[in-house]
Amino acid sequence: MLYIPGNNPAMLQHGGIYGADSLLLDLEDAVALNQKDAARILVRNMLQTIDFYNSEVCVRINHLDTPFGREDLEEIVPLQPDAIRYPKTESVEDLRKLLAIIEDIENKHNLPHDKMTIHAMIETAMGVQNVFDIASFSSRVDALTIGGQDLMADMNIKNTKEGTGIDLARKMIVMAAKANGIDAIDTVFVDVNDEEGLKKETEYAKNIGFSGKAVINPRQIDIIHEVFTPTNEEIRKAYRIVKEFKRNKEAGIGVFAIEGKMIDAPVVARAEYVLELAGIDYKNV
Amino acid sequence: MKNVIGRNIPEYINGIGKVEPFLGAWEKLKKGWMDEITVPPPNKAKLPHQCKSCMDLKTAIEKTNPHDGMTVSFHHHLRSGDNILVMTIDILAQMGIKDITLASSSLNNSHDSLLKYLKDGTITKIWTSGLRGELGKAVSEGVLDVPVTIHSHGGRVRAIHTGKIQIDLAVIAASAADEEGNATGAHGKSAFGSMGYARIDSRYAKQVIIVTDNMVEYPCTPTSIQQHYVDYVVKVDSIGDASKIATGTTRITKSPMDLRIAKLAADVIENSGMFTEGFSFQVGAGGASLAVAKFIREKMKKSGVKGSFLLGGVTSYGVDMLNEGLFRAIFDVQSFDAAVSSSILKNRNHIEISSGYYANPYNCGCMTNKLDIVVLGALEIDTDFNVNVITGADGIIRGASGGHSDTASGANLTVVVCPSFRGRIPIIKKRVHTIVTPGETVDVLVTERGICVNPKKPELEESLIKAGLKIKKIEDLQKEVEGITGVEKPIEFTDKIVGIVEYRDGTIIDVIKQVKNAN
Repeated sequence: MLYIPGNNPAMLQHGGIYGADSLLLDLEDAVALNQKDAARILVRNMLQTIDFYNSEVCVRINHLDTPFGREDLEEIVPLQPDAIRYPKTESVEDLRKLLAIIEDIENKHNLPHDKMTIHAMIETAMGVQNVFDIASFSSRVDALTIGGQDLMADMNIKNTKEGTGIDLARKMIVMAAKANGIDAIDTVFVDVNDEEGLKKETEYAKNIGFSGKAVINPRQIDIIHEVFTPTNEEIRKAYRIVKEFKRNKEAGIGVFAIEGKMIDAPVVARAEYVLELAGIDYKNV
Repeated sequence: MKNVIGRNIPEYINGIGKVEPFLGAWEKLKKGWMDEITVPPPNKAKLPHQCKSCMDLKTAIEKTNPHDGMTVSFHHHLRSGDNILVMTIDILAQMGIKDITLASSSLNNSHDSLLKYLKDGTITKIWTSGLRGELGKAVSEGVLDVPVTIHSHGGRVRAIHTGKIQIDLAVIAASAADEEGNATGAHGKSAFGSMGYARIDSRYAKQVIIVTDNMVEYPCTPTSIQQHYVDYVVKVDSIGDASKIATGTTRITKSPMDLRIAKLAADVIENSGMFTEGFSFQVGAGGASLAVAKFIREKMKKSGVKGSFLLGGVTSYGVDMLNEGLFRAIFDVQSFDAAVSSSILKNRNHIEISSGYYANPYNCGCMTNKLDIVVLGALEIDTDFNVNVITGADGIIRGASGGHSDTASGANLTVVVCPSFRGRIPIIKKRVHTIVTPGETVDVLVTERGICVNPKKPELEESLIKAGLKIKKIEDLQKEVEGITGVEKPIEFTDKIVGIVEYRDGTIIDVIKQVKNAN
């Protein structure tokens, strides 16, 4: 998920070329206070004119407690990007207020309530505490994201390469997302020149259950894809598991072994997920 | 009359003579011998132990019989750090010499101060591969009566061999030389590496002056320029600005856009069928071109594929690949940074070659003919894959033909990399302003918005598609880009021809017209 400052026309017009799964057109932190209206107008126009190719498009609006949030929604919701990202989501109250306004605008424009989704951004200690309720509040919430920088500021802790301070938050967010069957997107890695560090952090994020990671520079995209894309070996292995499972199932066998390792339903489910990531239809293996 | 790719070319141009239209990239070469005569190099003599050293450049020039209408030549290995070309023309102008034909292998911004000599009749004709800055602008606005001739690197050698360019005086800058004129660019404070472009001048010029800021004890090695061609030797304080000689084009770009293009280009190369054991390779310096080398280097390490030789303008990045054993040799006609110089000195597989060896179409096998893969840039490319590397979007001359058409003609796989638009200006057009490299020699275009394969290579398109790469029709990409940028207002030209673009075989592929109301 590539962050693009909403007031940068050059970056916006090229947003779709880098192969990011998702673009985040930012009206919030990447935009200076005196540029808020310019960014809003630019993003509005770009959404109508630029082809972002295969990337999903989200817009991060300003919080409704600021003077800009409401206007952002008025301009952006009618264009129905794939998602609205809501910063500093701390409670279901925040979401209730947000969704009421969104649905009101959608009603005015005769738009459905089930097309554009909401990404709740968790970036305060209070948000982390309430994350399960936030994740389960509405079917429109289809992803949780962690805002590492703001969360560290809120917790008054320093950024470390190991991310020790926000480790609990990361895991709580992932758990809440998994419990509700929605995506969890990890925070950005701020040192764009440290490719090894990015790889390491992305591998960690993947291992604890995140389904993606935000980036601040297109140069970071390939590394993240590399980590999240299953290797040929993983795909081959998953294919074999699913195929063997089917064969055994037909013979009435639920648990079996491949090369001495037990294969049961959870292992099969994991293998099916790997095939899905690789774009292989596991049902027809 | 129209040439074979539909460009209007006059049959005769004042100051140039009868013009032969472009016939197709390989048409003239098919016979295996050429009808043009070869001009003999001059016969010269020196008495035993005669001293060649002169106290300064002016004294040396005075000895070479300077005269009105003379042709003076230079090389461009000093790039934008060059002091010698302007210094020489200043001296000739002070002597009152008029009507000079300037035949530098290329011209750039460091030569801006020559403009006054174009205006006052000191310089009346120019042969060059490239033209930029004030000179490019002034020529485009019609400052000269006779059109400038733009040639390729290989084409320049042919033009000298066939007597189209007859050099009266070659002033050759060297970073090290001895009293007899053995000279090199490989060491010294102003080291610039290969002297590939200057060798032909030393062989064919009636008079040859070596200028150096580093006189070394006899003998100076390697003998890139050999003493038996050299008339005079001059020591100056500085041949150029070392910081501008090494242009810093060897850093891999951090531009996400260039990296994106380069990665796609590397994927194209990997899946083209040419990325096989023993392949030969050339990339330009800087931007997306050099970044392609980065990705190819990674792919070579991963796959274990080893190449045979690297060609061309050489960067320290290429030297690293040689040292890592990824390629067996480098053939170096021009070095892009100082780090390359030491490799020429130390590594016998880093071979300094002349521009004739590199790309002259009129010989039995220039290196470009042996090239498998080349990656080239473009100022503009059109839906017939014709490439412009000489005029900008405003019609002003601001580029260089260089080895573009030479390598495109020779390589089995020619990949052009460029953004689909710059600023608000589309790079992919229905028709380029000026054709330097004909589309029949270009195989693939790679931009940030897609890959386009020349329809004459259906088997290449098929293998790229099989590899999962998305291919667009170039006409569709052109329309897509036009949808973003809008349609450009056409540039207005007068009927005056200010430049002719020679294809490497000496035929005329295009002409450049005078820009109306240039700013």
